[in-house]
Amino acid sequence: MSITEESTLRVLLYEGTGSTELESEDRFNTMSRLLESGYTVTRATGNGKVASHDRGSMLVLGQFADGQPPADQVEQPEASVRFQDISELDQDAIIETVEKTRDETGAAEHGAWKPWFPVIDYDRCTNCMQCLSFCLFNVYGVDDDNQIQAQHHDNCKTNCPACSRVCPEAAIMFPKYKTGPINGDKVTAEDMSGEKMKVDISALLGGDVYSALRNRSVQAQERFSKERDEKKALNERQKCMKKLAESATDIPKEVLMSLPSPDEIAKKADEAKARAEAALARQRELEG
Amino acid sequence: MPRILYCHCAYAQVVPPDTKEEVLRQLCDSGVAFDAVADLCEMAARKDPALKRYAEGDVKIAACYPRAVKWIFGGVGCKLNNETTEVLNMRTEQAEYIMDTLLTDDISPNLPDDNDARKPTEEELPTAN
Ligand code: SF4
Ligand code: SF4
Repeated sequence: MSITEESTLRVLLYEGTGSTELESEDRFNTMSRLLESGYTVTRATGNGKVASHDRGSMLVLGQFADGQPPADQVEQPEASVRFQDISELDQDAIIETVEKTRDETGAAEHGAWKPWFPVIDYDRCTNCMQCLSFCLFNVYGVDDDNQIQAQHHDNCKTNCPACSRVCPEAAIMFPKYKTGPINGDKVTAEDMSGEKMKVDISALLGGDVYSALRNRSVQAQERFSKERDEKKALNERQKCMKKLAESATDIPKEVLMSLPSPDEIAKKADEAKARAEAALARQRELEG
Repeated sequence: MPRILYCHCAYAQVVPPDTKEEVLRQLCDSGVAFDAVADLCEMAARKDPALKRYAEGDVKIAACYPRAVKWIFGGVGCKLNNETTEVLNMRTEQAEYIMDTLLTDDISPNLPDDNDARKPTEEELPTAN
């Protein structure tokens, strides 16, 4: 199942009327542990507003006077709501209860994937499709209005910010990246003019990265047909990737080494380029 | 009082752990109701419909850079309102400042708008020497 189809469990820590407040340390530890485990947690008190709830499962935890909070205190959405009195439960038992509920409600398990993907700043993006034609992993696509979108977030290679460097507008962010402007910090004039953003990966291999790789692939193929030496092919790829790595030092080695073979890269690049060209042609049609 | 949304950035070490711990601790002790999420980025990747509800109305969000938060929501069709959203950056601000700002009734919207994003003019670009 794709991550966009999974439902999630919301935990509500109820400390309003009809319940006893948790001790400060217990409340903090419960919240921390639930957040570390990937849950969304709402603390409900008599003071202040929280977001409404209309779908997905919710588990209400509290030290209830009668084992359950007064019915008029908790909004009853259509979604399934369960209650758990935690008066007698220690931290481990609370987490266990939440995990059990998650399991029973079929809600998503968190933490298997580090959420790393491009976030597009549409105030800057000009819809030029360079990112779409660059990315080999089908992360990008276009919406019904032909606008560029990050579509398959979990296809993105963890810790790799390469596409942010091919965007001519510095419009691609990775919020978990270490430095700006890729992390979402302001884009300065210096960023736009300086080397920092202008590492043009497609120029690194002496022009267009894809055609460079394709040429290598053709040469490699010729050699393969003569000697079929897989080791040589791997060396070739490593040499090529090493060059890329030297010039763009923040692209993790594992990412470079997990790139497809030159042949696959050539094929994927052609596909991505065709998708970008089709999107641009549609865009011209719409505008024209 | 605006709603409060706290992001724990659970799957990366980019928010200083001391800052997020202190903000969460003080929020827990404040007596104020609030929403906390493990990781807004993960919710965006899931296109979690809850983001729409978090984006509604007056809201103060303790997370990271306002430009990133704006488009984490906006990129999955849950636009934050430029007039009613304030983002507090736990990557750069101290916990004390964040808490003081979160717990006041007034709101100082600070999402970047299109004008902030315009390209620099030739004159603004640094010269080569
Ligand atoms: S490369 Fe940048 S400007 Fe071009 S479509 Fe992608 S995000 Fe937009
Ligand atoms: S929105 Fe910012 S603080 Fe929250 S998970 Fe993403 S990078 Fe971390």
